Amino acid sequence: MTIDNILAKLPYAKPFLFVDALHAIDEEKVSGSFTFHPEMEVYKGHFKHHPVTPGVLLTEVMAQIGLVCLGIYLTNGEQLSFALTSADVEFLKPVYPGETVTVTGYKQYFRFGKLKCKVVMVNEKMEEVCTGTLAGMIISGK
Amino acid sequence: MQMDRTTLLATIREVVTPYAKNQEALQQLNEDTDFIKDLKINSANLVDVILDVEEKFNIIIDNESMEKMINVKAAIDIVESKLAGS
Repeated sequence: MTIDNILAKLPYAKPFLFVDALHAIDEEKVSGSFTFHPEMEVYKGHFKHHPVTPGVLLTEVMAQIGLVCLGIYLTNGEQLSFALTSADVEFLKPVYPGETVTVTGYKQYFRFGKLKCKVVMVNEKMEEVCTGTLAGMIISGK
Repeated sequence: MQMDRTTLLATIREVVTPYAKNQEALQQLNEDTDFIKDLKINSANLVDVILDVEEKFNIIIDNESMEKMINVKAAIDIVESKLAGS
């Protein structure tokens, strides 16, 4: 499973695709990046006259790179339906329009269809902007 | 490792406590208690319950056993058979 295969299998599209690139992936971890475009619609309202990336979107970037990309890799792309089941995230620094963030997800376990990862996001200065534990489950069609 | 069912029940209670949403059902935990219906543990957290059971008893639970672990009785039965087998 190559990085290009994984990106092609991501079930997201604009405006809700939050993965620009994957840098590395193996059985235990994944890393990738995303740049928050300054023209993104959300910045008009979060906040009025003071754009800051909402924490829910940082969480989404963590989930798409740290959980979903790794999940696609671990299931060899056979399983596309993945539901976020929990997110416990601490936000340490603000992320402003135009910033690029790098996310690394470390597998804690993948058992009985549940993938749980420790996920860390850093900014361009390599400062941690958020860290947390996220989990998702494969949704079977049964 | 020999353990009677009362000890096993007490250990299962300890394992499910952080995940149980229904405190009343947790208080009254017995072999008939269903993890999802009674304790209101969601299916994602049920995976953590099973992983904690593995760790507590130092056993490996396979997919087939996992699917049977819907209530306390089934969990105790599975733990007992795994402990006897190893």
